[in-house]
Amino acid sequence: MPFDIYLNVAVGGILTGLVYGLMALGLSVIFGVVRVVNFAHGEMMTVAMYIAVTLFSAFHLDPLVMLLPIAAVLGVFGYALQASLINPFITRPEHSQFLLLVAVAIIMVNILLIVFGPDAQNVQVSYAYDSYQIGPLIVDATKAYAAVAALVVAAALFCFFQYTTLGTAIRACADNYHGALVVGLDVKHLYALTFALGAACVGAAGVMLALIVDVTPSIGPAYTLLAFIIVITGGLGSMPGALIGGVLIGLTEAMAGLLFTPSAKSMFSFAILVLVLLFRPQGILGKKVA
Amino acid sequence: MLARLTEGLSGRALILLAVLLVVLAAAPFFAGDYLLTVLILILYFAYVGQAWNIMMGFAGQLSLGHALYVGLGAYTAAALYVHYGIGPWIGLLVAMPIAALAGAFIGYLAFRFKVGGVYFAILTIAFAEFARVGFDHLPFTKGSSGLFLPVAQFKHNDLWHLRGQPVMFYYVLLVATVAAFIGCRALLQSRIGYFWLAIREDEEAARSAGIDTFRYKMIAVVISAAMTSFAGVIYAFYYNNLFPEQVFHISRSIEIILGPIVGGVGTLFGPILGAFVLTGLAESLTEGLHAIGIDIPGAKQVFYGICLLFVIMALPDGVWPWVKRRLGLSERAP
Amino acid sequence: MSALLKIEGISKRFRGLLAVDKVSFEVPQGGIHAVIGPNGAGKTTLFNMIAGVHAPDGGAITFAGERIDGLAPNQVCQRGIGRTFQIVRPFPALSVEDNVIVGALMHRRDVTAARAHAHEVMRRLDLYDKRAQRAASMTLPDRKRLEVARALATDPKLLLLDEVMAGLRPTETDRIVGILRDLNRDTGLTILLIEHVMRAVMALAQQIVVLHHGANIAEGAPTDVVRDKAVIDSYLGAEAVA
Repeated sequence: MPFDIYLNVAVGGILTGLVYGLMALGLSVIFGVVRVVNFAHGEMMTVAMYIAVTLFSAFHLDPLVMLLPIAAVLGVFGYALQASLINPFITRPEHSQFLLLVAVAIIMVNILLIVFGPDAQNVQVSYAYDSYQIGPLIVDATKAYAAVAALVVAAALFCFFQYTTLGTAIRACADNYHGALVVGLDVKHLYALTFALGAACVGAAGVMLALIVDVTPSIGPAYTLLAFIIVITGGLGSMPGALIGGVLIGLTEAMAGLLFTPSAKSMFSFAILVLVLLFRPQGILGKKVA
Repeated sequence: MLARLTEGLSGRALILLAVLLVVLAAAPFFAGDYLLTVLILILYFAYVGQAWNIMMGFAGQLSLGHALYVGLGAYTAAALYVHYGIGPWIGLLVAMPIAALAGAFIGYLAFRFKVGGVYFAILTIAFAEFARVGFDHLPFTKGSSGLFLPVAQFKHNDLWHLRGQPVMFYYVLLVATVAAFIGCRALLQSRIGYFWLAIREDEEAARSAGIDTFRYKMIAVVISAAMTSFAGVIYAFYYNNLFPEQVFHISRSIEIILGPIVGGVGTLFGPILGAFVLTGLAESLTEGLHAIGIDIPGAKQVFYGICLLFVIMALPDGVWPWVKRRLGLSERAP
Repeated sequence: MSALLKIEGISKRFRGLLAVDKVSFEVPQGGIHAVIGPNGAGKTTLFNMIAGVHAPDGGAITFAGERIDGLAPNQVCQRGIGRTFQIVRPFPALSVEDNVIVGALMHRRDVTAARAHAHEVMRRLDLYDKRAQRAASMTLPDRKRLEVARALATDPKLLLLDEVMAGLRPTETDRIVGILRDLNRDTGLTILLIEHVMRAVMALAQQIVVLHHGANIAEGAPTDVVRDKAVIDSYLGAEAVA
């Protein structure tokens, strides 16, 4: 195979990986602050994908235009979920939280199945087959847009946490739950807000992913797992780590799909996870733990 | 020996246990074909739930990938039978060490660090998924096209080769479930059991009380994995076909752990009760929705999910501790 | 008397902060020694190094003639050092009896033997009547004694007590002081305690080590230490000497 095929596939993988990274960022933010593992993460993304697909097929609304509105819808959903169901479970053991979110995931998947049926759907935008040629490199327009949007959203989130009062308050909650309570922060509200942000992230990622892959009601768990792998690979609690992990996994999957067989590509993500846990258990950018 | 077994159980609990056992043993004489298949499913989940409970309920390690051990057991025994004509009981002797080894490897990776439960949980899912994709590409077990055991109409039950009618599988699973219950009770009352509970409650305090937590967590994962692989062997010979996509799928792992969580994590009777409640719920939803004319795919699962939500919100410790209080039973609080 | 525990110049640094700075002292077989000092002086870090939670950055810890620095907490416990935590951490969902049995099983393989030993320890610590209670539902003084009981059940040669009197009323303090003194007298148990409650320190300790900013600033008999100018300035304050 000529070299430029490798290059093109690699670039495609990196761009897709940035979208994965944004999805994982949502998970990381939620876990980092609320200390709850969102086992319905992939399912939430699937919901966003279906909203994007439906808006496009019914009203010809371009997903890139609908990015922020859909992310906002997911954010509201996330806030409601945390405020109503998850907040009472904050102090419960992990397996209780797991069961709660699995139940939520089961309900979401099957509502999607009832509404949309089991068949794969996708978005056929006018620029679906456009590409940019840069020297020997051919970049899919959809992937490029999706990656840029992912970076913009991630940067916005990063700025929010670093430079706004609200962001600082949320980080305070993450560092010290009781301390935050003592200084009078409304922790439950901040938790719900955090879950909303995480949900908005995964919502935005879903909208962009709808440009790249087909959606069926049952793809959720695979993406939940992918998000876990990325977060652990990048380093639990590290925001840049999630993006770097996403790029690494995206690149690995793309190259494995090219060199071996696409159906076995996820095995290589698992292999990376195992290698990371063996040699750098805190993740690529994670802080050293004990 | 019998005294050790019944130690700490009230007379009332013993009577209830005996009644339950008699009812279960007699069930095939009264139950129709349909009810028998449901009971088989219940016993299967009661057994694997008990095995899973060793990890989470006793040692406090959340495994979300127990389908891996079921699958390894199923595929090992089935492949040995299909390729070499080796019977399931001998196959079990190979399957158990394989599953135990897989559990030990995952445990070793996760338990070396004090990074906590989430890592272990994710790692267990990842390995189950890894196996799913791997077996899809493994020619020896026929990959994604599925591994089939020869099926014929069985006139009589051949227990040694596990070829026969559902009622045989029912009794095999009943014996296994009772054995698992007794075994887990013995483990819980042993030195290992005390150390597991200590680790579950507070790992650092357990270490400073002299417990080699790594070692005892490894013991938990190895025992649990080996126990679970037996369920896989039964699965293979009961269904006679294996597809990686089904056997190792994450939803299989989730099914396994719903029972013990709903029934009551860390209790001995929780996995059994949870299996009855959930399988009963699923079957009655199917029947109920069918009766009122709702046959949309997914509708049953939505109701199932809603029921799960209510159970976990209303009874955070599970159904069994609540039932136990209602029945006025007391047991050493595990 | 030969030294059971010998600490030679151990240090620990956390992200540039020197928590313990070349501390040395010895605890003889059968002795009761106390470590005092203001908050942040490095007392708990010192304990954590002895108990194996942290490995020292430098220096040596010798217990019963064997180097133990760098061992894991469970290995340290197995060699005969029991410890309590400053913030009590009994196993919350287990009964008092089961908590103590866990400790007793350290050197006993048989659960029945461990239970018998646990009963003995619970009697000594006035916990026997509460043995069926869940640890989570106990009062603070009871949980503190339970913590001591669990450590004691592991048959330690040396008991490390991290502020077991803190937050207790004087009567409770006197009760624990009495229990510890009896233990020391009857079984020859060596005790090293971190304590802020000077009333208990003065009643129990034969020797006091004073830590300040991670360093050992004074060491000696209680009556001498409380008159030491450096100790008064850094920790006790003038009114304590009255």
